[in-house]
Amino acid sequence: MIWLNRYAKLVVASTLLLIGAGGMVTSTGSGLSVPDWPNTYGWFMFTFPMNKWVGGIRYEHTHRLIASTVGFLTIILAVWTWRIDPRAWVRRLGFAALGAVILQGLLGGLTVLLLLPPAVSIGHAGLAQLFFCITITLALVTSRWWTAAGAAPLNDPILRRIALATTVLVYCQILVGATMRHIGAGLAIPTFPLAFGHVLPPDWTAAIAVHFAHRVGAVLVFAAITLTSAHVWHWHRPQRDLIRPATLLFILVCSQATLGALVVMSGLQPIINTAHVVNGALVLGTSLLLTLRVVRRTLQQPVIGDVKTSRRAEVPLLEKDLREVRG
Amino acid sequence: MHVNKLRLFFAVALVIAASACGGQKEEAPTPPPNAKRVDQSKTGNVAGRVMVDGIVPANPRLQIEGDPYCSQQNPTGATGENFIVDNGALENVFVYVKDGLGDYWFDVPNEPVKLDQHACRYQPHVLGIRAGQKLAISNSDDTLHNVHALATANREFNKGQHVKNMVDEKVFTKPEVMVHFKCDVHNWMHAFVGVLNHPYFAVTHDGGKFELKDLPAGTYTVEAWHEKLGTQTQTVTLGEKDSKELNFTFKTSAASSN
Repeated sequence: MIWLNRYAKLVVASTLLLIGAGGMVTSTGSGLSVPDWPNTYGWFMFTFPMNKWVGGIRYEHTHRLIASTVGFLTIILAVWTWRIDPRAWVRRLGFAALGAVILQGLLGGLTVLLLLPPAVSIGHAGLAQLFFCITITLALVTSRWWTAAGAAPLNDPILRRIALATTVLVYCQILVGATMRHIGAGLAIPTFPLAFGHVLPPDWTAAIAVHFAHRVGAVLVFAAITLTSAHVWHWHRPQRDLIRPATLLFILVCSQATLGALVVMSGLQPIINTAHVVNGALVLGTSLLLTLRVVRRTLQQPVIGDVKTSRRAEVPLLEKDLREVRG
Repeated sequence: MHVNKLRLFFAVALVIAASACGGQKEEAPTPPPNAKRVDQSKTGNVAGRVMVDGIVPANPRLQIEGDPYCSQQNPTGATGENFIVDNGALENVFVYVKDGLGDYWFDVPNEPVKLDQHACRYQPHVLGIRAGQKLAISNSDDTLHNVHALATANREFNKGQHVKNMVDEKVFTKPEVMVHFKCDVHNWMHAFVGVLNHPYFAVTHDGGKFELKDLPAGTYTVEAWHEKLGTQTQTVTLGEKDSKELNFTFKTSAASSN
């Protein structure tokens, strides 16, 4: 199981790299630099000559190659999980990851063939984050921390609710951000922190409304994360498995706000823009990690006498898993 | 059940993809039975210049280093083509009759208009074409380009040209001013194509001059379009065998703020 967990972490890292590569494609306006799909200017994707990786093609083609690699890694992850993990829901999650990555590839192809319609591109961006969340979940639930069942039970329904709400809020904020990127509203309000010198924009268009919604969303996300982190710091200070993600989450949201401001002030400089996308994914992933840890500890049952273990691996099982094993 | 849904999704995806790639034929317009035609013996001309007033922003230096071929073709570097100005005369302005022609019918020329990609630029940068006329888009460069026409009234397309001397012919069937062409491989490459259902258009070149020839008598709205400075319109009334001068002056924002 430890190797599966390490491998799942590799998939998480690869997915983050893929999100970054996708961010560079959008930030450099290279989404249509390769007009065909799944081929590349008529070549089979993996045989496209390197000397033709010029201009925007470098970003788009690299994104496609990394995506293919992540797809391949996900196939292995799903099969490996299926073979060795005793928990049916984890095995299903492995295949959910595979389904998500296939759908993601199709959406990527469709958005190229349909010339980047915002709905498909936003769906592509939104599903990327969901896939990232699935890989993080797989990495967590295959970790020793999760399977060893050594963590003390936690009874903090407030933390469970605010952590979950924060994660959902971060995801919604990412969707608004994706909408802003894909309708070209990144500079609809070109000034920061005020909007055209005012707290509220004096004129409203759809682009300005989406951009402003993303700024309002940023304030809400910052408040939610501050609240969640402060709650953990205050009530669960000695518990490193909670304090660490909570602290990291707060650091990441501060970085994200700074990057967001820099994106506007730099006039959508591609590297800053991409850093904002990647950091946004990290905020979501860390918030999810914290939420899952809280949920796991909330559901934690005291380990009784002889710990039942799976036939496939030496993994202590939760009550839910035991019910599944017993049929 | 799940398998059926999955099949349905793939089927829908394939249909959408096929419609995106599909070759729906762009038909040239055909004249109505009693088409009204211009009497060439009674036409006149409108000519003039387009000037710019104020501080003209410098064209940005282009980041062409991303493609070694483009760097080689532009050894001293390259700048944008937003403002081509000579002694206050503004080039690359598309001047055309926007309104007033009524229901005249004009035959569509058979010969195609050419748009070339040379030295990692579109040449010409601004051009006009008739609705229904062929646009021959060629690649004279030894590098890859994609020709992305961001049409709104017409069908948007994105075509890769990865081989030198490759030519694709496209037809816009509806009037549209302007269709923005871009290359997503080389993000500095832009062209603007004005599509009209009549022949009264021109692009300013040396000295910002333009001429709209062989116009029938009438009152016309003439518009001048510039990619950065927007549009200006003027009305002109032309008698039979008449000639009128029409000048436009664009003001840059730097001047207007003074």
